[in-house]
Amino acid sequence: MEYLLIIVSAIFVNNIVLAQFLGICPFLGVSNKLSTATGMSGAVCFVITLATVVTYLLNNYVLVPLGLGFLQTIAFILVIAALVQMVEIVLKKISPSLYQALGIFLPLITTNCAVLGVAITVVSKEFSFGGAAHMLNLAEAVVYALATSIGYGLAMILFAGLREHLSGNSIPKPFKGLPIALITASIMAMAFLGFSGIV
Amino acid sequence: MLTDGLVKNNPVFVLVLGMCPTLATTSSAINGLEMGVATMFVLILSNIVISLLAPAVPDKVHIPVYIVVIATFVTVLQLLMQAFVPSVYETLGLFIPLIVVNCIVLGRAEAFAGKHNALESALDGVGIGLGFTLALTVIGLVREVLGSGSAFGFKFIPGDGILAFVMAPGAFLVLGYLMVLFNKFVKKQ
Repeated sequence: MEYLLIIVSAIFVNNIVLAQFLGICPFLGVSNKLSTATGMSGAVCFVITLATVVTYLLNNYVLVPLGLGFLQTIAFILVIAALVQMVEIVLKKISPSLYQALGIFLPLITTNCAVLGVAITVVSKEFSFGGAAHMLNLAEAVVYALATSIGYGLAMILFAGLREHLSGNSIPKPFKGLPIALITASIMAMAFLGFSGIV
Repeated sequence: MLTDGLVKNNPVFVLVLGMCPTLATTSSAINGLEMGVATMFVLILSNIVISLLAPAVPDKVHIPVYIVVIATFVTVLQLLMQAFVPSVYETLGLFIPLIVVNCIVLGRAEAFAGKHNALESALDGVGIGLGFTLALTVIGLVREVLGSGSAFGFKFIPGDGILAFVMAPGAFLVLGYLMVLFNKFVKKQ
């Protein structure tokens, strides 16, 4: 039951993009085409989950016991940068077409604040899913990271679909490009507000 | 160079960088201002250090080196804020450590500080930092006036505002419409 609450909360109620404002750059940057958005979501999903596991273990079994908590930010960003490099190498080998499509945004996953944001959140924030407030254990952290990144993918793919439709319409010149995209995102965020209160 | 970042190269309205803190921390003018100043602190110091380090750093590893420099200053900022302004640190929360991944900071390191001397890089940091602070304060002010009927914490419209502007949808909406106005009247599209 608790896992279900984590999943619903992370995907819909506290959607990482539309409610927490993390990972906005790729959300606006690669959402022009549905196919690219799907690929990017997949890559981000993989990196967020992997990075959360590694940083969780690093934090709780190395940094905290050694009293090096203040190095958290530096250590986490280095781990994430190394992981992204690895994903890049693997993707280049396995799927060159996807690698081509994601272009410059793949190395930029390092600076996607969703990854570092989730990693920091799971080790520093207390959650109270259907009970007393507590720090997440490893299994909960993994479920939270996976659900959050599914929420990221959901927002991204819905948004890309909307933008593909928008591109065929005639839009006043000052609204072209980002402004209309932001206004669309605002309406999506309003729709997602409807989920608040269910968990 | 100083005024470039304010309007012509404004990081938010023209370069469209650093969108996450722009949307997340602008629920009031004060919050926007504080976030802008915090980012400016990191931007100026990392620009200076990176401009000094750049000639000695091999090309292949320059991005990781830049990130470590930036992360170091963010850690310094975190410790300073925890010590002297804990309430501000509490309000801005997650978005202070996330300055590490703010594309403005790494973007300026890559595009400017790596190719210019320390003084020019410091000035660039001040200019871009001020532009970012200005943009965040303006967005915060609009959201605060519409959302809670106050400006910089002074309430001048009695009663509740339009709550949606303080919440998530308002952030996207205000930034979207401000960008439209910017395109129309500043860029004259």
